[in-house]
Formats: sequence, C-alpha cells, structure tokens
Amino acid sequence: MDPRRKRKLRLAVLLSVALMLAAALVYTSFSAATETRQPSEVLASAEKGRSYELTGKVVDGSVDRGDDMLRFRIRDRAGTESVPVEYTGAVPDPFREGREVIVTGELRDGVFVAERDSLVTKCPSKFTNADDS
Amino acid sequence: MEYALALVLLVAAVALVVSRPLRTAEAEEREHAGLRRELEAAKEAKYREIRDAELDRRTGKLAEADWRRIDRELRAEAVEILRRIDELD
Amino acid sequence: MAWLGSASLVAALLTALYAAGASLYGGIAGERRWVLSGRRAVYCMAALLALAMAVLEAAFIRSDFSFELVARNSSEATPAFYKVTAMWSSQEGSLLLWVFLLSVYSTVVLALLRNRLREIAPYATAVLSAIAVFFLALVVFAESPFTTLAAVPADGQGLNPLLRHPAMMIHPPLVYSGYVGFSIPFAFAIGALITRRTGAEWIQATRRYALIAWTFLGFGIMLGALWSYTELGWGGYWAWDPVENASLMPWLTGTAFIHSVMIQEKRGMLRRWNASLIAATFVLALLGTFLVRSGILDSIHAFGASTLGKPFLGFIAVVLVGSVALIASRWESLRSEGRIDSLMSREAVFAGNNLVLVGICFVVFWGTFFPLISEAVTGTESTVGPPWFNRYVTPLALVLVLLAAIGPLFAWRRMTARALRRAFLAPGALTLAALVAMLALTPAAESPTSLLMFSFVAFLLGVVVQEFSRGVSARRTMTGQGRLAALGGLVSRNRRRYGGYIVHSGIALLFLGVAASSAFVEQRDARLAPGESIRVGDYTLTYREPTARILDDRSGTGAPVTLGAAIEAEKDGKRFKLLPSRNYYGAPEPEEDAPFRGFFEGEATSEVDVRWGLVRDLWVAVQPDLGALEAPIAEADREFRDLPADAQGLLVAAIAERFRRAPSEVNVRVLVSPLIAWIWIGSGIAVLGALVALWPEGRRPLAGLYAARVGREAREPAPA
Repeated sequence: MDPRRKRKLRLAVLLSVALMLAAALVYTSFSAATETRQPSEVLASAEKGRSYELTGKVVDGSVDRGDDMLRFRIRDRAGTESVPVEYTGAVPDPFREGREVIVTGELRDGVFVAERDSLVTKCPSKFTNADDS
Repeated sequence: MEYALALVLLVAAVALVVSRPLRTAEAEEREHAGLRRELEAAKEAKYREIRDAELDRRTGKLAEADWRRIDRELRAEAVEILRRIDELD
Repeated sequence: MAWLGSASLVAALLTALYAAGASLYGGIAGERRWVLSGRRAVYCMAALLALAMAVLEAAFIRSDFSFELVARNSSEATPAFYKVTAMWSSQEGSLLLWVFLLSVYSTVVLALLRNRLREIAPYATAVLSAIAVFFLALVVFAESPFTTLAAVPADGQGLNPLLRHPAMMIHPPLVYSGYVGFSIPFAFAIGALITRRTGAEWIQATRRYALIAWTFLGFGIMLGALWSYTELGWGGYWAWDPVENASLMPWLTGTAFIHSVMIQEKRGMLRRWNASLIAATFVLALLGTFLVRSGILDSIHAFGASTLGKPFLGFIAVVLVGSVALIASRWESLRSEGRIDSLMSREAVFAGNNLVLVGICFVVFWGTFFPLISEAVTGTESTVGPPWFNRYVTPLALVLVLLAAIGPLFAWRRMTARALRRAFLAPGALTLAALVAMLALTPAAESPTSLLMFSFVAFLLGVVVQEFSRGVSARRTMTGQGRLAALGGLVSRNRRRYGGYIVHSGIALLFLGVAASSAFVEQRDARLAPGESIRVGDYTLTYREPTARILDDRSGTGAPVTLGAAIEAEKDGKRFKLLPSRNYYGAPEPEEDAPFRGFFEGEATSEVDVRWGLVRDLWVAVQPDLGALEAPIAEADREFRDLPADAQGLLVAAIAERFRRAPSEVNVRVLVSPLIAWIWIGSGIAVLGALVALWPEGRRPLAGLYAARVGREAREPAPA
C-alpha cells in the first residue's frame, strides 16, 4: 500500500475508535447517572427502587444522632416541604442544621434511605472561602 | 482625598517610567532579524537532536546502521537550515 | 491604609490597559519604542500589585478589622501563619493573588526574553496585559479586597477551620501559579500565530515555562489530595469532585503539551495540535479558576451565588472563540514540516500518549459538566459518581503508564525491531520476576487491574534503570570516569532527558500507590465503648479513654476545644498509641442564653492520626459522642449564663474535664491503606525530576562542536 493511503487508513481507524469510545462514554453517563432532586420533587414523583441525589437544606432541629444512624430532614432550598432521611457512614465536618447538603439514596415508604457515606455538605455562604480542590 | 492623591502619584510614577523609551529613540532593528532568530533556534534544536541520536547510539538504543542513516538525515537537515541562514546575509 | 490598596489597584488597571495598547501598537506598527514602553508598563503593574498585596497582608498581620476582608477571614486568635495566608482563602483575595502572580510571571519572563522573540513578544505582552485587565477589572469593580467597614468589629470571624492546614495554605498559590503559568506559553503561542512565526523559536523560548506551570500545578494538586487525606476525615484523597477535576484537566492537557511540543521541536510536526493544546490548557485553567469561584456545579467546595459567573463565562468565551478563529486563520501556515516515519519511533509513542491524555481529560470534562449537559439534554439535572469516572480513567491510566514505560525504549524517527527487542529484554525479565513474586507473596492477583498496573510500573522502573545504567556505562567508556561521576555528568549534560525519566518514575510510583491503596484498602467504621477492640487488617485497635484539651491544639490551628480518643494499636506484639481527635472552633455568634453550647456547636474539624509507613498507613479518625456533654453544658448555660467572657474559659475547661473523666462511646473510622505513602513520595520524586529538567543548562559550546561536523558535511556531502 502506498504510504499516503496507509496514513489515511490509520487516521480513519483511530478516529472511529475514538468515536466509539466517546459514544460509550456518553451512553453510560446517561444510564449510570443519578438524577438530582429537591425534596418536593422526590416526594411527588420518585420511582420505586430508583436512586436519586437529594439536595436541599437540613431542617433546623431535625438532626438526631442515633447509635449508628443519623436521622434528619431535608427541605427545599426555597420552601418548607421536607423529607426525612436515614443515613449511615461518615458525617462531613461542616454538616450542620440549616446547611445545604447532597445525599444519594432512594425513597422507601416516605423515608429517604441514604447510601452509606454518600453525604456531601456544601459550604455555607458565611464561609465563602472554601478554596480548595 | 488620600485616595485621589495616591492614585495621582502612582499614575504619575508609572507614566514617568513607561514614557522613557518613547523619549529616547532607539535604532530600529534590521529586517530579517526575526526570521534569522527562528532559524538559529531551529539550528540549535537540530544540533541537540544530532547529539541525542549519538547518545542513543552509545547507549545501544540505536543500532549502528539505524544511527548512521538517521545521523545523515539530521545533518542534511542541519545543512539545509545553515543554507537558509546564509541566504539571509 | 485601604485607600492606598484601592488606588494601586486602579493604577494597575490603567497601567495594564496601557501595556496592552502600547504593545499592540508597537507590534503592529513595528515601533520598538512602544514595545519597550509596554513592557515597562508590565513591570510597573507588577510593582503596583506588589504594593496592593503588601497593604492587604499588612492589614491581615496587624489584624486591622476595618478591612472587611480581614474581619471576615481572620481574627485575633488566628495563629500568625494562618493570618498571613488567610488572604487568599477569600474570593477577593484569591483573585488579587491570581493577577499578582500573573504580573510577576509576566515581568520575569518578559525580562528574561527581552532580546529574543522580538516579533512575537509585543503580541504576547498584549495578551498577558489583556488577561490582567480582565482580572483587575474584577477586583476593582466587582470584588474589591479593600472594602472597609464603617463599624469596625472588635474581632474577626476567623479563618474557616477546614482550611487551617499547612497544605491547604500553600495549595492555592501553587495551583494558581500553575494556572497563571500556562498563560505564558499561551500568550506566546497567540503571538506566534499572529506573526506566523510558529516555528522552533517560540517553542524553544517558552517550553520551559510550560514545564514550570505543569510542575506547580501538579504539586498543588498533590497537596490538595494530601489535605483531603489528613483533614477531611473520610480517608480518601480524591473524590472526583468538580473542583478537583477542574485543576486536573489543565494539568492533563498541559502534560500532553509538554510532550507533543518536543515532537514539534525536533520534527516540525503537530503545530496545529500544539497550538490547540496550549489554547485548550489555558481555557481549562480559566475554567478551573471559574469553577472554584462560581458555584455553577454542585460541590462541597463551590459556593452559592456569586457575582463572577457572567463576566468569567464571557471572558472564557472570548478566549476560546478568539483562539479557535486565530488557529483556523493560520491553518495553512501551521502545516507540518515532517511526518511520522514509523510506528516504531518515539514520536509515535508520544502521539499515543497525547491521545490518551486528551481522552482522560475528555472523560473528566464530560463527567464534571454532566449535571449541566444532562439538564440541557433531558431537562433534569443528573450527576455521575466516582465509579463512572473510575470505569474510564482506570483503563486509560493503564495505557498511559504502559506508554510512558515503553517510550524511552524507542529512538526518535525509527529503529530496527532487533534493537527494540534487545531493549525490551532486561525490563521485560524484571517485570516477569516482579509478577511472579507478586503472585507468590501478595494478594495482588485478587485485583487484575491492580496486577496489570503493578506490572506496568515494574516495567517502567526497569526501563528507567536500564536507561540510566546504559547511559552511565556509555559515558564511562567515553570519559573513563567513576560510576558516580559518570552519572552526574550524564544527568547534567542531558538534563531534559534524564529529568524526564525521573519524573516518569515518580509518576509510576504514584500510580503504584493509587492502585494498591484503592484496591486493597481495609476500612472499618465502629462505635466503641472504652476497652473495646476492633481488628482491621493486621492491627488490633483498642479504645482506651477519651481525651480533652483546652487551647492546646496539637496541629496549631488555634482551636479552643479539642476532644478525642486515646487508642492503642497493636500489631505483631508491637504496641503504640494513636490520638485522633476533633477540633471544636465554637460558633461565631452563640445564642444569648446558651453561651456554652456555642463552644461545641460551631465548626468542627477532624484531626486524624496517621501512622505513616512505606508499606502501609494506619489511619484513624474519631467522632466523639457529645451526648455525654449534654448535661454539663445545659447546667453551665443555666447557672453561669452571665459569666464574663474571660471566666467562661475556666468553665469550658471544667466541662472538657468532665468529658475526659466520664468514659463515653466513640465512633471511629479506621483505614489500613497499603503503599499509600508512595503517592506522596512519587509526587515528590516527580517534582524533583522536573527541577532537574528545568535547571538551566550552562551555554556550552554545543553549537561549535556540531557546527564543525555539519560544516564538514556541507562541504563534502555524504554519499546517499
């Protein structure tokens, strides 16, 4: 084969491999992703057995640190509708009442059962200085 | 008041510093100088490449025959660069 | 003094505008005087920003709470070290730091290159000044660090306790140095594109600055990971958090750039690719700054509303569109001079490594921006988690390490299969031996990907050792030196090559640590009563007693209350004590009727205790049960509500003492991570290697020597 055609062929093979990988990437990201919902949305339309990422604020006075389980309620960022959460695992240092958190899990009989160690705390506006990566 | 004074002083100081080259005329640069420097850089890189190939031969990465061929290519390329530099003169 | 700071910022903005204008005019009109004037303006801008920095730092050190920024981020009780570094933990301060670093970098580089790149430099100066104009406009009009408070508070709010960690204080300037550093090669690339001088000169002159930026950024990322491991109390060092990803992306494309630029240097190829890569790297660096500062993606780091979103996005768009348009308009003059001769060549391996690095960057990009992408496509916001990232990054990282391992075996241009086979022999044998040893002696077979990674790392290290030893013996035959002298001579005469090999072995060790610690970590969470034990790996840990310290924080962060646990660990009959704890910083404004509760309900941070080791780390974090303190706190709030502030301390000490005496249960998290220390050691080695590669080579009469040979050739051409 003459070298020009060979190079073109090589380029074509390379491009199609890259394209296939990109397609796989895009496909799996949509199928593996967990949707982010606010409490009101989860309560309104949670599919059974499907896991969601729940985001909102920790309701004041709702935190109960049990033996192994942390119980609290999350409400909409701007709203009052709230959902009870059962959580096990590590609690991030900045976790507080009134703070924005994200937790992954599924709704079972009106209680949001969180996956272990899935709790993430957003930095409160007061400490806008969380400058880290 | 302090603020305005400081701003004026700082800007004046900057103006003094940056205006100096404008007040003194400097000889303009010769034509071709840019191209020449680019070729000089290419020459430098080519020499480095010749040296690297030699190191590759001495460390056994390049077989003698490979090296001889590559070295010849490299030197031909270097000669080409030198020729283009000469053309500028 | 805030007026002086504000004035110097405004003056710096005017100066930057002038620098951009003068340099651009000087470049277009060919007026050298204007170019010189523009360059001087950049120097002045650096001086003005240094003045602004000095004013702000002085305010932090003097605890001048009339500065809003100081009141918000520092306090009387903040330890001195954190007072100095608190400046860049705020948005305003960090933007000022960004542009200050930019001006210093620009000054140094423009001064060093003052007699070179005369055609490109004016445009590069204009680009750098334009970037500075954007950031200065932000700090002057939107986020002034010199806002003053009419009512000066008695004390400040203090630095966010989570950030009180040495690594976290050095991390932002390092990462920013990396981001800013990439603006230098970017600016010169733009200059080269404008003047159509995309040949060897700008690469030769600016390659070094790309490597410096790469080193800073990599070191900064590593310190961020170390901070996460020792401060965040969850035990990991990397969570694929958007902000982590944001700093990784420019590092990945930067890594690709410093490799592919070598191909351009040597072969005149890949010009389009290189121009695109450096533009992408700079855009990603801006994006990194933007992501941390805007809160556009949900993240523990990014914060809610910010005024910076629109201007930042606008600026990024301008840079992106401008770069693309410029590269497109110069497409033909960026034509390659040569082409890859053979797949069995160093440049072919480099090209592969470039594709893999850009591939990883694409994966990270897609995953990071997936919440936005999915919202745009499906209307609901979704996220992908670490498993998704790992699924793609792991195989790509394996290929990357393999390519880095075999790369040095290939010569530039082409080589015969026989020479290649010979080069493969010793490292291959070593890898095989390592593989057998791992299968026989360790549980490595349980995780095939780790086993593969270990083998590739062994191969890479074997190749590097072979390269060094072959180089040393070649040099010994040539000069007759001793082993050590030959090694020294070899490295110092070929700094880029051998520095590069050192970097590779450091990165390989890092991957070794990542693979081993993620596949074979043993983790347990437990709630222990005094005297109870758990077994994790080969360790038996026994919770002995609670600990409490007042105003005696071992890590020096100035925490008033520290509660923890004394844990005794035992392995193979050897015993040692671990003292993990939690620092309680107190609420900034405790409720009126519960001053004592406030001491325990503010910010708290984990102070983990790590038994560092080359083979494995034992990592312990605790979460003391404050339930035991309920009664004494309530009692104190009831009885001593009106105690003057200076006497409150005594009572808090008494409460803490009650905690120490009354044995309460404690939640512990224990990790036994094998080889995790090699992540940090490997990073250190990589930085060292980068320094070797960067160290300026004295101008040896290289040219003379080869000129003679080439000259001979020119007179009597060798037979073809």
